[in-house]
Amino acid sequence: MTSTKPSSTDRKSAESASAAALHVGTSDPRTLILNNLRQSGIFVALVVIVALFAFLTDGLSLSPGNITNIVLQYSYILVLAIGMVIVIIGGHIDLSVGSVVALTGAVSAVVVIRQGQPWWVGVLAALAVGLAVGAWHGFWVAYVGIPAFIVTLAGMLLFRGLTLRVLDNISLSPFPAEYNRIAAGFLNGLIGGDGYDAFTLLIGGIAVAGYVVSGFRTRAARVRYQQPVESFALFVARLALVGAVVMWFAWQLAHARGLPIVLIILAALVLVYGLLTRRTVFGRQVYAIGGNLSAAMLSGVKVRTVNFWIFVNMGFLSAVAGIIFSSRSNGAQPAAGNMFELDAIAAAFIGGAAVTGGVGTVVGAMVGGLIMAVMSNGMQLMGVDQSLQSVVKGLVLLVAVAFDVYNKRRAGASR
Amino acid sequence: MVSTDDNILEMRRITKTFPGVAALQDVTLAVRRGEIHAICGENGAGKSTLMKVLSGVYPSGSYDGEILLDGEPVHFRGIRDSEQRGIVIIHQELALVPYLSIAENIFLGNEQRGPGGLIDWNRSNAEAAKLLASVGLAENPVTPVVQLGVGKQQLVEIAKAISKKVRLLILDEPTAALNDVDSAHLLNLMRRLRDEGITCIMISHKLNEITSIADSTTVLRDGRTVERLEMASGEMTQERIIRGMVGRDINSFYPERVSTPGEEVLRIEDWSVRHPTQDRLVVDGASLNVRAGEVVGIAGLMGAGRTELAMSVFGRSYGRDITGRLFVHGREVRARTVAEAIGNGIAYATEDRKRFGLNLIEDIRRNVSAAGLRRLARLGWVNDNEEIKVAESSRRDMNIKAPSVMSVVGKLSGGNQQKVVLSKWLFTDPEVLILDEPTRGIDVGAKFEIYTIINRLVADGKAVIMISSELPELLGMCDRIYTLSAGRITGEVPVAEATQEKLMELMAKDKESVG
Repeated sequence: MTSTKPSSTDRKSAESASAAALHVGTSDPRTLILNNLRQSGIFVALVVIVALFAFLTDGLSLSPGNITNIVLQYSYILVLAIGMVIVIIGGHIDLSVGSVVALTGAVSAVVVIRQGQPWWVGVLAALAVGLAVGAWHGFWVAYVGIPAFIVTLAGMLLFRGLTLRVLDNISLSPFPAEYNRIAAGFLNGLIGGDGYDAFTLLIGGIAVAGYVVSGFRTRAARVRYQQPVESFALFVARLALVGAVVMWFAWQLAHARGLPIVLIILAALVLVYGLLTRRTVFGRQVYAIGGNLSAAMLSGVKVRTVNFWIFVNMGFLSAVAGIIFSSRSNGAQPAAGNMFELDAIAAAFIGGAAVTGGVGTVVGAMVGGLIMAVMSNGMQLMGVDQSLQSVVKGLVLLVAVAFDVYNKRRAGASR
Repeated sequence: MVSTDDNILEMRRITKTFPGVAALQDVTLAVRRGEIHAICGENGAGKSTLMKVLSGVYPSGSYDGEILLDGEPVHFRGIRDSEQRGIVIIHQELALVPYLSIAENIFLGNEQRGPGGLIDWNRSNAEAAKLLASVGLAENPVTPVVQLGVGKQQLVEIAKAISKKVRLLILDEPTAALNDVDSAHLLNLMRRLRDEGITCIMISHKLNEITSIADSTTVLRDGRTVERLEMASGEMTQERIIRGMVGRDINSFYPERVSTPGEEVLRIEDWSVRHPTQDRLVVDGASLNVRAGEVVGIAGLMGAGRTELAMSVFGRSYGRDITGRLFVHGREVRARTVAEAIGNGIAYATEDRKRFGLNLIEDIRRNVSAAGLRRLARLGWVNDNEEIKVAESSRRDMNIKAPSVMSVVGKLSGGNQQKVVLSKWLFTDPEVLILDEPTRGIDVGAKFEIYTIINRLVADGKAVIMISSELPELLGMCDRIYTLSAGRITGEVPVAEATQEKLMELMAKDKESVG
């Protein structure tokens, strides 16, 4: 594998670096876990919840078919959560995304179903509407200075109303097959396979290889810059664990219907936005604004511009979610996307975003979203009453944020 | 009048320490019944801390020493306790709720209830009207406070204090934000209150006001009582007070530096700034310059407009209607935004690093790169390995004491935080650094390190403007010192000719007497 070369040269320097790291306690597993309780906490919670529902449903929740279902059913929430966590890191909130999902889906449906345009015209129209809505919110928040809570609360009503107008209060369906494929289609059988889809496994393999290579490169760079790194054994264990989970996941998908197209979209978005938040000037400035607005302003960050684009981006991702949702439900309904904003917000907060801004990660929001997804799905499989599902989800959100607050207080007290 | 030996208040051997700093040491304060007593001292001398001890903001037990009210010991656990005994403090930043009416503010927390526990608005407003009359304020009690000017708001505060049956009224810098007419009115009111038997303690920097109104003065310096001066005995002169306030020696606390000023780097001409919400000039026609390899000080009392001047120059971060010209290397520049100011080689390190300088929840690395992030980026992508390298070299050069550059800034000590702030600005490669109170709230050892860093910067040809409340610091570090009073430059003194007394005189200069 490509990774052997850096690893052999790294090993010695890695050991010396990890010896240095011991001084600051980053390699000691106990402190490592304690220090990263918040971060590792949600992963542990996800594993526990997955295991719990596997047990409660006699393994049904982990069956290939159900895993495919979870992906299809919650992908649009995860897309929204990507945008939402960025909004929340910036110190804002967006209550309108459910309505924007409905509006973009409706516009797409009108263009494709009522006017008979090709599917991609509908997609472009939806994206344009999403960007326009985002610019509208961004204008009021960034340039007029209205709190995002108010602006997007107004947007929630406004765009729900516009959805009803666009649809003339009726549902539109069905979409042509091409449009329907966005959310319901699979890449399957491209390179054959017997009883499973080899292509899905190949893509899973490529993803794991990419993860391993980038892990080694990051580690090598850290060592080169004499930064503490985790011990080599722990590092390999982490790569192996993630690789195993991804391959198992790909294996399950390969034994169901293959690779969902929407999963590819989602993976691409997670990758792009993960990099955007961590590695770009824009991403850094979002954290800076959320962390300390005044300090960011006095450091030359163009706060208004950044805030504006945060909301344009949220509008864009709402449109993507709107397209996926309309495709999956094979039509547009006036009530589409109801309460999606709350699921997306919950995902971001469960995933470690701070209510006060400045903290949060895209990956965290994805894990938070998956926790919600696995719970909802598991409870549905068990036939738990809708009312009880809502109660459980509400409590999980509360406990997650309470845990966050508790952690902060503890960190503050140790100062 | 009551016998003059009758002290309403005695504070004996008050000692209050914060982690690492002794804010007050064995401070003694005696105030006679029915007098106006002034407390003088430089910024940081411990005046406000002393008043917080007295009013119970720092509860009994968190300090050492004794407080005697009417001769008997008191132990206040909070501000309510002290108010119950008739001690009311009016802070420099007024504590009124802007959108509530005058009457509502006066009776906030002390609502005038009628039958059934409901608020009796008629009685409230009638009582408020009486109180307003007693302080000479002709306003309708239902007027929202936000519609009043600062002077009138101050009167509302006093009316509120009277409604609480105040016996000892403490005013912290009462005239700092007032114009001359309002100041005169307030001072007259204080005299009248005294004649009505209310004892006043007044914290002020304005020595002419003190000598015209106060019956006695206690001078504080570095958290200790210097002396108590009596008006009656003729010892309470401005000169004597100044000497008491600054009377410490400059020790060899400041690292040596050979001064070799080069070309002019920054020049400000006729710079005026209006207050963002009030109609008054905070900076009024200021002109100054600084050369490469030079440290220029700005001295001024609280409210003189030092920070406002600096922030308005730094990308118009403060104020409105900013007029004047700004030159960098002799070329006029327009720095309308912070980004433009940074682009023109100006850096400003704030006096309040926690609120305005640092992202406390982020690590050293991210804070160091915050202002110069574009230097680490190509096409918007940040090279985070280079970022680590930059942070590491800052950590080494500045001697930032932290386990790694990934350490969260909020957990560092004040001195190390200040080094992170300096690192951040040095990474923007500025021509001129404006350092606003660069050693505020940091310990002695770290101060010396900061001074050494400043000297290194000017040795490298940077220009430094240093704003400080500590005159010895300015005298020890600067080549030239400008004094600022009420938004105007009242003097420019080469360090060789500067003394604390001379600077203090220029800093306390009145608007009228400025040429």
